[in-house]
Amino acid sequence: MTDREPILKARNLVKRYGKVTAIDHCDFDLYPGEILAVIGDNGAGKSSLIKAVSGAVVPDAGEIWLEGKKVMFYNPIEAREAGIETVYQTLAMSPALSIADNMFMGREIRKEGFLGKYLRMLDKKKMEDFARKKLSDLGLMTIQNINQAVETLSGGQRQGVAVARAAAFGSKVIILDEPTAALGVKESRRVLELIQDVKSRGIPIILISHNMPHVFEVADRIHVHRLGKRLTVVDPKKCTMSDAVAYMTGAKEPDASQEAA
Amino acid sequence: MAQTDDYEASTRGGKADQLAEFEDTHKGLLGHLHNILHQAPALVPLIVLVLAVIIFGLLNDNFWRVSTLSLIFQQIGIVGILGIAQALVILTAGIDLSVGAIAVLSSVIMGQFTFRYGIPPPVAIACGLAAGGLMGSLNGILVAKLRIPPFITTLGTWQIFLAANYIYSANETIRSQELDAQAPQLKFWGSTFNVGDARVTYGVVLLLALVAIMAYVLRQTAWGRHVYAVGDDEEAAQLSGVNRSRQLIQVYTLAGFFCALAGWVMIGRFGSVSPSASTGQLGNIQAITAVVIGGISLFGGRGTIIGMFLGALIVGAFEMGLRLAGADAQWTFLLIGILIIAAVAVDQWIRKVSA
Repeated sequence: MTDREPILKARNLVKRYGKVTAIDHCDFDLYPGEILAVIGDNGAGKSSLIKAVSGAVVPDAGEIWLEGKKVMFYNPIEAREAGIETVYQTLAMSPALSIADNMFMGREIRKEGFLGKYLRMLDKKKMEDFARKKLSDLGLMTIQNINQAVETLSGGQRQGVAVARAAAFGSKVIILDEPTAALGVKESRRVLELIQDVKSRGIPIILISHNMPHVFEVADRIHVHRLGKRLTVVDPKKCTMSDAVAYMTGAKEPDASQEAA
Repeated sequence: MAQTDDYEASTRGGKADQLAEFEDTHKGLLGHLHNILHQAPALVPLIVLVLAVIIFGLLNDNFWRVSTLSLIFQQIGIVGILGIAQALVILTAGIDLSVGAIAVLSSVIMGQFTFRYGIPPPVAIACGLAAGGLMGSLNGILVAKLRIPPFITTLGTWQIFLAANYIYSANETIRSQELDAQAPQLKFWGSTFNVGDARVTYGVVLLLALVAIMAYVLRQTAWGRHVYAVGDDEEAAQLSGVNRSRQLIQVYTLAGFFCALAGWVMIGRFGSVSPSASTGQLGNIQAITAVVIGGISLFGGRGTIIGMFLGALIVGAFEMGLRLAGADAQWTFLLIGILIIAAVAVDQWIRKVSA
């Protein structure tokens, strides 16, 4: 593993909320082109770790490198500009606004020329075409009306739009927080296919999930988080689901032979 | 992966492999209506307005005269502009109880700066408009930065601005003759021109222009979409790249500026600068009434400026129509009260998403 340089690397991250230490000198590595799953028991600090690398929280201490360059994000917008897209568990979409509006929220395209420059008019057609193309690229769904309000979509469709948004704009890293937690069996399947599809385009993915079958199916490496820090990184091919669960609950100490290369 | 049993295989085959489709399964007349209203909530006030105009016209022939209709527009001039300010704030899921107070205090600043300090009227007007923006931004900072609920923030600033208005003006009214002699610019929006039989004040033109501009801004610009996004789901907007507090402060500041404009229009409409103008006490309620009847959701993120404008026209048409029909003025309030409750009931129904 020493011969490859992580695309996203964190060392000694610390985040405290009052007396609670959510991240306790945690390290983190994501390598190019891989799917890294992050698992951990409730309260282990997975979300805090992910928020720290996606800019949603600012760590109290520690350093983060993106492609070897040291970075510090003070809000999600900065992380997004650096090429890190996050699909939050809550999806972060405005229910009353359209699919196209949501995909371009905060990065709208303006018309060219006078209308766009001085009247700041949006190029709705361009945004709608782009949104439609991205959704069909991912083979996700048959959208009839891209101007449909997001609240009129089903859970799976919403998730699909959120993933499509991240895939469309995430140039370096895509983070998915519990993407299948709220979905049915069939919808989960589509999202997993979507994840494979994004991976095949060479974009590395961080997948946070409680669903062990899903994790073991798609992940290349599994980061086991426990008590605010990285306990071990295992290879799903060398390790069983029961082992992984035992590590994250503390029932078993990590076994060096199962660690990911 | 060896130990995973293939439980997902059992979901395949038959109809299970069909993709999720966006077909509208929600048919029936009521369902269609729900869909249409979901997409264009301003239709409700439009229908109510058309019905009101037809009915009042049948009750009294004078209602349909151009002069009557132009009078309705004049009467809603101030409420309409305050309504634009209110609509912006309510779209962000806030509320602004201080709109009337800002308008009155701004108009007093324009008047007193001219007459007490001898500042040229155009400069005094600019100061009044700036003061309105500043009052609005104070609301915005309290709401966005200190996270005080908008209702409480503006309940407080309403009292503060209104009291400041009485203290600063020493409750003195600047009369029409003085304005005509020294500062006719303050009454600019009250002056009129004729279009055919109809007398139109510049204040009405200003209202129509502002409605058109803000309808454009809210619909066609990123800033406008962000107003909706912040009101719809603040957390989601923040995570998807909208600077929530900056957006809120800008909205409240712009609302304050519009209130000051309304204050300037007030001077023209009433012909005097009066710190005890009823707008200070009632402006907020009138503006909220127009916004709510216009189909803007008090929960934020839904509704249009055009709807608010129609709402203001409905109030104006009811007042005028019932007066012409010889009804007791209390009937107006009674009917407006029913309209408010009906409008919110319709909004609740619209927001129920067909699943």
